[in-house]
Amino acid sequence: MRPASPLRRILPPIVAVALFFLAWEVGCLVLGVDEFILPRPSVAVAAYFQWQAAIWPNALQTLFTTLVGLALAIVTGTLIGALIGYSALLYDALYPLLIAFNSIPKAALVPVFVIWFGIGTLPAILIAFLISFFPIAVNVATGIATVEPELRDVLRSLGASKFDLFIKVGFPRAMPYFFASLKVAVTLAFVGSVVAELGASNRGIGNMMVIASSRFDVPLVFAGLIVVALMGIALYAAFALLERRIVNWAYR
Amino acid sequence: MAASVPCVALRDVSLIYYGDDGREVHALEGVSLSIAQGEFVAIAGPSGCGKTTILKLVSGLMPATRGQVLIDGAPVCGPQKNVGMAFQNPTLLPWRSALENVLLPLEVVEPHRRQFRHKRREYEARAHELLRLVGLDGFAHKPPYQLSGGMQQRVSLCRALIHEPEILLLDEPFAALDAFTREELWGVLQSLWQARRCTVILVTHDLREAVFLATTVYVMSKRPGRLVHATHVDLPRPRTAEHMFEPRFNDYVHDIYTRIGEVRA
Repeated sequence: MRPASPLRRILPPIVAVALFFLAWEVGCLVLGVDEFILPRPSVAVAAYFQWQAAIWPNALQTLFTTLVGLALAIVTGTLIGALIGYSALLYDALYPLLIAFNSIPKAALVPVFVIWFGIGTLPAILIAFLISFFPIAVNVATGIATVEPELRDVLRSLGASKFDLFIKVGFPRAMPYFFASLKVAVTLAFVGSVVAELGASNRGIGNMMVIASSRFDVPLVFAGLIVVALMGIALYAAFALLERRIVNWAYR
Repeated sequence: MAASVPCVALRDVSLIYYGDDGREVHALEGVSLSIAQGEFVAIAGPSGCGKTTILKLVSGLMPATRGQVLIDGAPVCGPQKNVGMAFQNPTLLPWRSALENVLLPLEVVEPHRRQFRHKRREYEARAHELLRLVGLDGFAHKPPYQLSGGMQQRVSLCRALIHEPEILLLDEPFAALDAFTREELWGVLQSLWQARRCTVILVTHDLREAVFLATTVYVMSKRPGRLVHATHVDLPRPRTAEHMFEPRFNDYVHDIYTRIGEVRA
């Protein structure tokens, strides 16, 4: 099979996005949907340009909380994943607790964090962190725990410690799992920070959307949604690129 | 070489482990075995008779329930660094090249581990030499997924030998390969063994493989595993594909086949 040409790879998503927006635009026009219910994309884009100066600082704030939350999630998730993947005892001990934490709807924690930390950046970071660390931990643990028993025997018979096994085999082996989880985690982190900003911040895209909707400026709400989606795609693409670089052995 | 001390000795070894349902499983019972330095031993027997267990005992990965396992006259307690192992599954690390896979044991086993950075060039030369011996020159820098199953198994053999172990433990290493590749690798293994003169214990289902490679073929009974028969294979070396068509070769295979039929019945 010949490798796909760049055009073959780039064109389909562009066409799909264009068709999506076209259908939205035309649909609203034909059905005469009120701008107050669902603004056409062209109106949302116009709102974006009108409010650019206000949108960007808020977008950057959301990007910041998302990235800090994600960074915390990567550190904690990898650490916890490594620990429970490495030790069956810790796995048995901590797994129910992890699942319990993950089962709590993160939006329900926002008021709790407001009581603890007040309105601001911190609750948004914490929600982004909590929502995104679970998939990282579970994936890293799986990668480490599923080392082939024969390989373990080969190294153990040479006198390798559990730690050697972890460094030489478990950890590199967990990298594809780690990157797969990262792509899920980054989009979740955006959800987390925007949800927190909706109720517990005076900055960020979420906060801006709440203000816009209270003024019935629906086009601006949609402009905010589109900006969040674009940032999500950009981060996803960055991690996908990193993944290709670092674990190219997993793609053949 | 003092013939009085065997390289590997099992003295009346039994192994009992507990299954998932908590019941005792007698894997081995009263196994005694003495393997001289440089000998090539094959162990054949029905599935689940504890052949692999013997390898685990010799490598020190598992302690015997009763009896003694001795290497060079010293009791085995804990992992033995002077053994190399290869299995049916080549278990190469996909993120490492063939060469780096071969080098892996040197990064782990003492004293090489300490000297690894310092002596890297020397070790690489050693790995290249092994890869050349198994016919893989020019493939040293390929990742495993670009190698065929037979080539991966060759790399796995090199990895088992890189730290120059005294004993090589092979657990059905060629079972997953096609017939042509398998017989080709018998030749490769034979020449590796003749070059290194290490002691080899090969566990296999394939009686032609056992007769082709081994100096002595042992037959094990059903569980609990006992050694029920030993055949000394007195065929000239190096053995070639041609030998496999000789009546003597087939007589050995037939004889062992009959013995296994007896224990399975």
